Amino acid sequence: MTADVQTLASESGCHLFSGCGFPSPGLNVFEFKPIFSIGAFDFTKPMLLALISMLLVIGFFWSAFAKPKMVPRGAQNVGELGYLFVRDNISRETIGKKGDPYVPFLFSIFFFVWVMNVMAIIPFAQFPATSRIAFPASIVGIVWVTYLVLGIKNQGFVGYFKNMMFPPGLPKAIYFLLAPIELLQGLITRPFTMAVRLFANMFAGHMLIVTFSVGAWYLLGFHIGALYSATSFIVVVVLTAFELMIQALQAYIITLLAASYISTSLEAEH
Amino acid sequence: MIDFANSEEKMNPLLPPLDEIIIGGVAFLIVFGFLWKVLLPKIAKTLADRTDAIEGGLKRAEEAQAEAQAELERYRTQLAEARREAGRLTEDAREQGAVAIAEMRAEGQRIKDEIVTAGHTQIEADRNQAQNALRQDVGKLAVGLASRIVGESLEDEARQRRVVDRFLEELEAKASAGASSEKVR
Repeated sequence: MTADVQTLASESGCHLFSGCGFPSPGLNVFEFKPIFSIGAFDFTKPMLLALISMLLVIGFFWSAFAKPKMVPRGAQNVGELGYLFVRDNISRETIGKKGDPYVPFLFSIFFFVWVMNVMAIIPFAQFPATSRIAFPASIVGIVWVTYLVLGIKNQGFVGYFKNMMFPPGLPKAIYFLLAPIELLQGLITRPFTMAVRLFANMFAGHMLIVTFSVGAWYLLGFHIGALYSATSFIVVVVLTAFELMIQALQAYIITLLAASYISTSLEAEH
Repeated sequence: MIDFANSEEKMNPLLPPLDEIIIGGVAFLIVFGFLWKVLLPKIAKTLADRTDAIEGGLKRAEEAQAEAQAELERYRTQLAEARREAGRLTEDAREQGAVAIAEMRAEGQRIKDEIVTAGHTQIEADRNQAQNALRQDVGKLAVGLASRIVGESLEDEARQRRVVDRFLEELEAKASAGASSEKVR
């Protein structure tokens, strides 16, 4: 069903001192057999994790915000902390007070991405859906449409692209070079890098943890082998803690970038 | 080599499969829809209400403070007024007391004078009466004495009267001289 690395490695019974080569994990770690299939459509573990993340985010904020109290308790406290973080530290910091209508959008991006990321270190899930490019791409696609539509709505079709391609205050000759680059950046590079940044971070993090987990199993043996294995396991623990930070950081970065692009659409850079 | 996953088919990790894009996008839109339309407006309203409540509370406290200050000022004014009033009343009472004492003193003086005058009058009357009585007695005594010494009857009414009157005149002249000397003293 899944690429549960430890089980697979254990099934293989492949160890350093049994004369077996290191079963290096590769791209196949990110490929899953379908849980079930409907015709040509395969329902896989990343999809399941994305749906579980969706339910978790909705479920948690339902419990926090469905019946809000003037004096907050429990989940509402935590939820408010998250809301104020997104509103004050991301939206108002980047867009200002007029960014308040976009707070729900940014809030959804932050928490949905974060929960999908955290799935990487939740036992039994142990896979970040965001390490499949499709999930970051779908969210970034929605951000892309949003900031283009907002830009055209606020500055007009011509105005938006003019502001994008011809930032003021530069010598005229520069524009021959700059205008195509800016257009490329605004339309393609921005969304591409945004999606790839999240995907690559989660991909690399998962790959590292898998590699050292497999290593811990592979190196397991008598005497010195136990030491090798323990070292590799400690690295897994440290990496897991590190990933916990990266997961939150990447969720924050993608939200911050979305806020920043929305901000440039609301008014031209000066 | 170990078989990690299902197959070793070539995959490009940067190429997103459409089904995952759709599932991811739909999942995100559901999250967004729920938060945007249902949950976040509630918490935004609660936060705004709370801010209002806190600011309203502060404002109310300020108002109460100002009111208390005004009340205190009013009480102080009243207290000062009351003190002034009390002072004024004390002063009045003192004055009235002094007046009353003076009046009483004058009245006492008057009554004393009256009593003294009445006494004097009484004494004068008594003295006059005593004088008259004395005069008669002295007359009788003198006549009796004289008749005995002279041996001559003085029974005769007319002569008797003359003698007595002459004697009394002399006596009176002596007495008035004595009285005037008494008055001087």
